[in-house]
Amino acid sequence: METTAMHIANGIVDGPVSAAFAVLAVAALAFCVRKARNDLDERLAPMAGLVAAFIFAVQMLNFQVLPGVSGHLLGGTLAVILVGPWVGALCVSTVLIVQCLLFADGGLTALGLNITNMALLGTAAGYLLVAGLLRILPKTASGLAATAFVASVISVVVASQGFVLEYALGGTTELSLPWVSGTMAGVHVLIGIGEGLIAATTVATVAKVRPDLVYALRRFRRPAFAKVGVNA
Amino acid sequence: MGAGHAHPLHLDRVSPVHRLAPEVKIAAVVLFTIIVVVTPRTEFWAFGGYAVLLVVVAAMARVPAPWLAKRATIELPFVLLAVALPFAGHGERVDWLGMSLSVDGLHGAWNIFAKGTLGVVASLLLAATTTMRDLILGLDRLRCPTVFTQIATFMLRYLDVLADDARRMRIARLARGYDPRFLWQVKAFAVSVGALFLRAYERGERVYLAMVSRGYAGRLPQSSSGRAPAGQWMAAAVLPVATASIALAAALGS
Repeated sequence: METTAMHIANGIVDGPVSAAFAVLAVAALAFCVRKARNDLDERLAPMAGLVAAFIFAVQMLNFQVLPGVSGHLLGGTLAVILVGPWVGALCVSTVLIVQCLLFADGGLTALGLNITNMALLGTAAGYLLVAGLLRILPKTASGLAATAFVASVISVVVASQGFVLEYALGGTTELSLPWVSGTMAGVHVLIGIGEGLIAATTVATVAKVRPDLVYALRRFRRPAFAKVGVNA
Repeated sequence: MGAGHAHPLHLDRVSPVHRLAPEVKIAAVVLFTIIVVVTPRTEFWAFGGYAVLLVVVAAMARVPAPWLAKRATIELPFVLLAVALPFAGHGERVDWLGMSLSVDGLHGAWNIFAKGTLGVVASLLLAATTTMRDLILGLDRLRCPTVFTQIATFMLRYLDVLADDARRMRIARLARGYDPRFLWQVKAFAVSVGALFLRAYERGERVYLAMVSRGYAGRLPQSSSGRAPAGQWMAAAVLPVATASIALAAALGS
């Protein structure tokens, strides 16, 4: 398989801003690690690995829209629905770290920027939307699929605007910001639709066959063994 | 089962660089890249010095130049951005071959091209000389939280499971005389993605429970004894120290 995925490379955003976002990313991930310890049980550990592998695979689908502007699927919303926000952010970060170290994809000093955009901003937006939408939509496979689709589109665009913010703060070159912002948003709406379709079908299948694996539905599930207790 | 021990960027050679402990190599690459990125973009010959250092490492690791060049094309989208900058930039302009180019744009283009290329080549050298398993072991020894190494271990295992299961399902579909390839057959593709996910999960769940029942508690057993010897740290430190001296010499010289 030819790998053409690309994250922010070294030298696009200057040193101080990269360092500031690296500190931010480390602090946020440390918080996620603490929160994730409670979540990671025997059901979630292999699921987290599979979600990470899945994200790894879909991030290889790359869309070259303009010279120098490319985008790819992010997978943050899928992770949030299946493994929850904390483990989800860790899954996406793991993918980014491994891509950076093993596949030379994304600069090592830009890792903080990439993690902030895709693992933190993307999953945070995805989580808030999923939590909000599931309150009003039916908690069925199709409701979950609709949630996954909408949350994917919006979270991908939010993540792409993270780059615009970083570029505005510490871009090493002069390009007009509205142009960068508009191009990134336009490209990522299309990517978000593709991502939304993949996330929706995957989540719907899992919710139909193994609803116990869907983290986002855990809160709404009636405790199954309460009824067994009454019968016994 | 020979799968899962290597990755597409790994070059199986015998060399002093391959023999170094993974945590030592990771630390050297991280320091090298940081020094490269903080070097001011106008110190042109410092970047030449960095490139020479990488050539020396590549020669020691017996990684052929065409192999590196082919895989460094991953950087191409950003180089294209760099090419556009001298035309799009603002401020002072120079004339070259009848084209009016922005000085700031030229510097910006050079900055992205030089730092990007050096970083990609350094990462490629690390990937070429380190297996996946060693890389995770190295991160673990550098006190990376176990949650990360655990997710990464499963992720790398699952990539093979996913690829294998996808191949099996494709063959099964072809054997039944169905080969969806048009847009109106997209439902078949979508259903297979979901099914692939579930199949891979249930296979992986069985493997995980088997591992847990054999005493797995978040960490794979280490075959070799703990830490890398001080000599290896010294050997790997040559790269960042040489890089820092070049940067310092450039800063003092200008």
